[in-house]
Amino acid sequence: MSGILTIMKKELSRFFSDKRTVAGILLPGVMIYLLYTFMGSAMGSSFGVDEDYTPTVQAVALPASMEALFQQAGLPVSSIDLQGQQAAKDAITAQELDLLVIFPENFDETVAANTFAGDGESAPNIEVFYNSASTASHTVYMELTQLLDAYEAQLVNKFDINARGAGGDLATEEDSMGSFFGMMMPMLLMIFLYSGCAAVAPESIAGEKERGTIATMLITPIRRSHIAVGKILALAVISLVSAASSTIGTILALPKMMGMEGAGVEMNASIYGIQDYLLLAAVIASTVLLLVTLISILSAFAKTTKEAQTYVVPVMILVMVLGVTGMFGGGASQDLVSYLIPLYNSVQCMTGVFSFSTLTSGVLVTLAVNGVCTIAGVALLAVMFNNEKIIFSR
Amino acid sequence: MQDILEVQGLTKTFQLSAKQQKLERTKQKVRVAVDHLSFTARQGEIFGLLGPNGAGKTTTLRMLSTLIRPDSGDALLDGASVVREPDKVRSRVGFLTSELKLEDCFTPNYLFDFFSGLHRVDPAVRRKRKEELFTRFGIDRFAEVKVANLSTGMKQKVSLVISIVHNPEVIIFDEPTNGLDVLTAKVVTDFLQELRSQGKTIVVSTHIFSLIEKLCDRVGVIINGRMVVCDSLERVCDGLSLEDRFFEIYKETAGDGE
Repeated sequence: MSGILTIMKKELSRFFSDKRTVAGILLPGVMIYLLYTFMGSAMGSSFGVDEDYTPTVQAVALPASMEALFQQAGLPVSSIDLQGQQAAKDAITAQELDLLVIFPENFDETVAANTFAGDGESAPNIEVFYNSASTASHTVYMELTQLLDAYEAQLVNKFDINARGAGGDLATEEDSMGSFFGMMMPMLLMIFLYSGCAAVAPESIAGEKERGTIATMLITPIRRSHIAVGKILALAVISLVSAASSTIGTILALPKMMGMEGAGVEMNASIYGIQDYLLLAAVIASTVLLLVTLISILSAFAKTTKEAQTYVVPVMILVMVLGVTGMFGGGASQDLVSYLIPLYNSVQCMTGVFSFSTLTSGVLVTLAVNGVCTIAGVALLAVMFNNEKIIFSR
Repeated sequence: MQDILEVQGLTKTFQLSAKQQKLERTKQKVRVAVDHLSFTARQGEIFGLLGPNGAGKTTTLRMLSTLIRPDSGDALLDGASVVREPDKVRSRVGFLTSELKLEDCFTPNYLFDFFSGLHRVDPAVRRKRKEELFTRFGIDRFAEVKVANLSTGMKQKVSLVISIVHNPEVIIFDEPTNGLDVLTAKVVTDFLQELRSQGKTIVVSTHIFSLIEKLCDRVGVIINGRMVVCDSLERVCDGLSLEDRFFEIYKETAGDGE
């Protein structure tokens, strides 16, 4: 046991005594936060215009009913005659004017007479010209279309849907947040856990091999399995720190990314109880141990750190694919057999915890399966440390 | 004096790659690096393994230090077999070679404690031993400097000190003075003699005749993986200088190896 602790302490102090390495581990979280925040605000600004922006709209044959409607909606409109339409179109193309609306003659009277219903051809047509390349023009166009649709619906009102506060979404905040987290978090967590492991394990195993420092340890009476266990535990701790940094960055930035900020929707992680978090922690711990063991074995095979890093990439893709499976199927799998597949079962458990559809026996099977795989992996790693062809392969 | 190291018919072969076979115009798939090598070293003596590059010296020492396993044969170190009881051997032998590196990011102080931990040295003993050895080799002033920033000589001294943190009975040094300046080399050879006077057994490998002449009580000459001569220094030399005698031996034996 003391051997395991000695190795663990050495691995941890190697990482945490070097400021640059620590920064390298924590930086992804900060970067994710900045990136998502930036993406969120960039997306927000490209789909909307400033609140205090005053659109410019010109209309031909503006009827009285529409003038009132425009005023209500805060769209300042100036009337022009039919001869001015070409100049107006040019101005829209040049993005100097936002919108040109051409109403048919005697619009109000024709609509009021209502003699054209049904055939879809003789109805009065409003021509609206806009420029989709200009965000402002496009936004005003969408606004106006909605306005006109609403006006039309109001004229021939046969029935309403969910009007005057009747009806509505009966999902609790818990449910909707749960299904949202259940979609996103398992994949993100898997990726973060894997990148955390992939950032540290090759350096610790293949790097030591490459530099010849592992042989110095191997001539001491410490057991090979203790080296393997000590390294894996230490690497798991470092990977968890790295994954935690990324996860915190994501949780903080997700509302901004999804444009939820200010929309009255709050990301509220308090919908989960202490039991959920304990379950999640157990699943994450078993997953990270398995991932670290997996990457350590790959790294032990590799001759150099560089080679180890090339092995790590294909497995990363596999892990991402597994993570994506959490998005489908509406909650966690209820089939116990699917919990026998390592890593896939981790994703299912995480989905279960986040979307309140945990299959308790599934979680137990997952912990058992991952535990057995990890122990088998550690044993394999210990055998590899004892193999001169692997330790001294150059 | 008691035999503390008994090497019995150690053999080690390596696979040759197809390219290497072509290069050497040979159909043999294996290269015999060490060929049924036997010798004994007695307590309180310095035993020298002398041989040209590629003779199998390093491979032999690697087998003795349990880094690699012999294909056949065995070596008993104070009764412990390198094949069957590698853990026992590891706690009784100190091994120093240039291919065993220390991690750059640690200080000599940390590494001494770390390796003492791996050898399960009692903390009180560790502190006393560290103070003695660090003072003896002048490491005390560099105790908190990262290995990466040490000079080559200082690195070698730290490696040496680390290899004997557990005060082993048998010490195996591969090319102990390689790459060292004369001053550092003298510190090392003086220390080896001091260890001998404490009753330790030391096995060194080298191709430097003067080192053997200066240090060793007995010497074994290895050529092409075989022990050609193994006896006390005087009897091996037989009145000649070691260098002249070596060339004589080499001429006699090289014929059947090529």
